[in-house]
Amino acid sequence: MTAGFVVIALLTIAAGVAAMSLRHLIHCSLALVAAFIGLAAAYLHLGAQFVGFAQVLVYVGAVSILVVFAILLTRGGEDRSERLFSGSWVAGIATAVAVLGVLVWAVSRSAAVRREVSEPAEVTVRQIGDLLMTRFVLPLEVIGLLLTAALIGAVIIAMHEREGRK
Amino acid sequence: MAEAVDQIFVAAKHWLVSLAPEAWQPWVSVLLSIAALMVVFGTLFAVTTVLERKGLGRIQNRFGPNRVGPFGILQPLADGIKALVKEDIVPRVADRVVHFLAPVVMIIPPFLALAVLPFGRNMTFVEFDAAILFFFAVGASMELAVFMAGWSSRNKYSLLGAMRAIAQMISYEIPLILSSVSVIMIVGSLSPGEIVAAQAGYTNGLPNWHLLTPWGIAGFVLFMIAATAESNRSPFDLPEGESEIVAGYYIEYSGFKFALFFLGEYLGLFAVSGLGITLFLGGWHAPFAFLGFLPSWFWFFAKLFALISVFIWVRGTLPRLRQDQLMNFAWKFMLPMALVNLVAAAVWHFMAPLPVVARWVAVSLIVAGPYVMLGRELMVRKNLSKRTYRFAE
Amino acid sequence: MTSLAAYLTLSAFLFCIGLAGALTRRNAIIVLVGIELMLNAANLNFIAFWRFSENPEALTGLMFAIFSIGIAAAEAAVGLALIIAIYRHYKTANVDEANTLRG
Repeated sequence: MTAGFVVIALLTIAAGVAAMSLRHLIHCSLALVAAFIGLAAAYLHLGAQFVGFAQVLVYVGAVSILVVFAILLTRGGEDRSERLFSGSWVAGIATAVAVLGVLVWAVSRSAAVRREVSEPAEVTVRQIGDLLMTRFVLPLEVIGLLLTAALIGAVIIAMHEREGRK
Repeated sequence: MAEAVDQIFVAAKHWLVSLAPEAWQPWVSVLLSIAALMVVFGTLFAVTTVLERKGLGRIQNRFGPNRVGPFGILQPLADGIKALVKEDIVPRVADRVVHFLAPVVMIIPPFLALAVLPFGRNMTFVEFDAAILFFFAVGASMELAVFMAGWSSRNKYSLLGAMRAIAQMISYEIPLILSSVSVIMIVGSLSPGEIVAAQAGYTNGLPNWHLLTPWGIAGFVLFMIAATAESNRSPFDLPEGESEIVAGYYIEYSGFKFALFFLGEYLGLFAVSGLGITLFLGGWHAPFAFLGFLPSWFWFFAKLFALISVFIWVRGTLPRLRQDQLMNFAWKFMLPMALVNLVAAAVWHFMAPLPVVARWVAVSLIVAGPYVMLGRELMVRKNLSKRTYRFAE
Repeated sequence: MTSLAAYLTLSAFLFCIGLAGALTRRNAIIVLVGIELMLNAANLNFIAFWRFSENPEALTGLMFAIFSIGIAAAEAAVGLALIIAIYRHYKTANVDEANTLRG
């Protein structure tokens, strides 16, 4: 384990905890951005340059802005007196801790983590592009269709229903 | 001789690094790069502020700053001292942490973006494969700084300004990226170095820049419009809108923090202009073969100043748009045109065996047809008629 | 060189933080944010497994992560639009108050 990874991991986990537990929703979303950047750093640490930058572009540039807009549009940042957690929070925490226990146990017991691997060669963007246009062309088209459908769907769902005009 | 002048900064850096002990050399190299980046673009920022105020003054038939130093060229120094000694006011209800972090977050992305651009032959600070994607990724994080500034001030005008800025930046980011994608598609690389290398050489006395192709002209115009909007400059300066929302997202900032926002905005402008030069204007290549004796970095910065002058000229000429006009323009005109331009670039690529005239005619038609039809359609729906003036003639 | 187990553990922690948030918070937006965190943890797993696989040249894990980022963006857009629609209807964005379908 290198020092770089420890710093990235601690920052990401701290930001994740903050994103889930802070009282003010805008603070939550800003902590979420920090967690996304930490994850992008982890991708870069793993040698996945393209995915790391795509992560920053999509999550920091788009998803977090969407979250912020949604918070402001629903006035979620203003209710200070209300309870933060739902009534069944004990069960929720217990479930999460149980899942964590199972996952960590499985990781520590797995044979895959002890396999020796060689250093893979640097991945160029050209390789990714070639694969997207050959082997993965069908998923690419499907995701284009999905994004278009999501765009139209999101606009229609969130659109004001105009009175008197159909 | 020309070779030595061309590589003077590279050689100077190598010499300085070689002075340091062996173990420190990578660190010294990084530190030198950062220092060079900050000094060069800090100076450029100072020069640009004077240039802009002088230029705007000329356009508006007045002098502009002319008190400090000869012709007022020391004005930025006076402004800097003023910004440093001014009181730093934080509103009582402001979210102190976010309010403090916003200018810091604002200033880092443009520096990171500038670091991947080639300023001359062998003069890129950081070179890697997906650099253009990196450029857009850090550019996208500036929106967050704007939001943090606008929201943490707890001022309705600053929040309105931030919301306007984010809506505008997101809307114009799409045509900005799509117009760049046409170049990336033709070159087949996301690395600025390779994009510049693809524009080397001359045919019939003209450079092989992407600007000198039909899709390149259209792409460059789209890119420049989107770049103006991305950097929140007039005629897209709604986020600031002095006459509507006072100063937008940085109303509640004063002193040095305000100066940082100012700096961040100008650095963003330099970065996006530098990207435009890299993508369309041949990077650091000279415009004509006989001018090749001038060093490569001279050409990059000459082009940068030319683009900045265009931005100042546009700012002095055009009135501000309305919010709905801004959005309509982005989604109904810029986005379809950027997509059409992408198709045009692909057609240009596949018509390569045909004679140049046939390529020009076909691709120009592909771009011009939708342009005329889209323009007419949008005009007809608006019921615009010729404006008549009752008093001024 | 960091081991595969370290990345998988980091991913497990992030997944469970997201899960805990999604199960316990009342505000629907934060629930969605928790789900996004869980998706990101899964992405980290894909990339870690790609990096430590026997055949990294195939780029399968990397491709999966790219597609998953795209799908997560679509999911966030639709999810947040739904939350805004719910807010308009019930005047609340809390998940435990929009319970008309409860028997």
